[in-house]
Amino acid sequence: MTATIESPRSSRTQQHSRFNFEKWGWIYMRASGVVLIVLIFGHLFVNLVAGAGVKAIDFGFVGGKLSQPFWQIWDTLLLWLALIHGANGMRTIVNDYAANPLVRRIFKGALLASALLLILLGTLVIYTFDPCPAGSPAELLPSFCAAK
Amino acid sequence: MPEKSAGALAAPMPDKKFPLPRISAPRVPRGTLYRGREGMWSWVLHRITGVAIFFFLLVHILDTSLVRLSPQAYNAVIDQYKTPIMGLGEAALVAAIGFHALNGLRIILIDFWSVGTKHQRLMFWIVIGLWVVLMAGFLPRQLIHIFGGA
Repeated sequence: MTATIESPRSSRTQQHSRFNFEKWGWIYMRASGVVLIVLIFGHLFVNLVAGAGVKAIDFGFVGGKLSQPFWQIWDTLLLWLALIHGANGMRTIVNDYAANPLVRRIFKGALLASALLLILLGTLVIYTFDPCPAGSPAELLPSFCAAK
Repeated sequence: MPEKSAGALAAPMPDKKFPLPRISAPRVPRGTLYRGREGMWSWVLHRITGVAIFFFLLVHILDTSLVRLSPQAYNAVIDQYKTPIMGLGEAALVAAIGFHALNGLRIILIDFWSVGTKHQRLMFWIVIGLWVVLMAGFLPRQLIHIFGGA
């Protein structure tokens, strides 16, 4: 005696075999979150606590930091990880509250566009930055510019 | 006699006419992770702080990008941060980041630690405690920077 099992009327959904975007988004939030705790508290400590606070921050201070490869890499990681973490979090909130499909598309499009634009802008600034621009008053520049 | 045995069972009730027992739902739902208590409020605070930090980040990338333009342009904008109101805003930003970071670690423990969900409520109060310690360390320094002389 053999039992016949009919074929399912609908084919198996393809989602499980493909790249699972939501799963990797979920993992990304946790992995980047842990790294961001180190990067952001380091950033806050160096900029707001260790020195004389925000009053000490000017072009000379930022120029001095961004002329060192260590802070270039630190700030690049901070820029990419934080902006993608933030944009993905905002995407979750848009999914929760924007019920209208068109409104949702507009918000998520704006999030994607602004994140891509700012990552591109920030990365270009970090790697094309000149701490000693020609023709600028010496008192505004980092102290090492005088030696050049 | 059945009436008597029923009366014995209902002994704690003062009324002898067998009043209907009143069943009322608890005012706050119990036994859920996200409704009504620490679980929900940590979620609300995580959202609010997250949105606030995101919008600050957008502005912060734009203002820092001015270093590429000219020293004068960057200094003119960063000087706007050096006022008492912005200093207090900075303190609020650090408070938001501190909560978001500590509660983020709590979320990771809820997800990956075998007894994370069991202790999520206690972990919320540990988050609040660590946050108070963090702010107690940061705030005096920040207030001296904002209001301290020179």
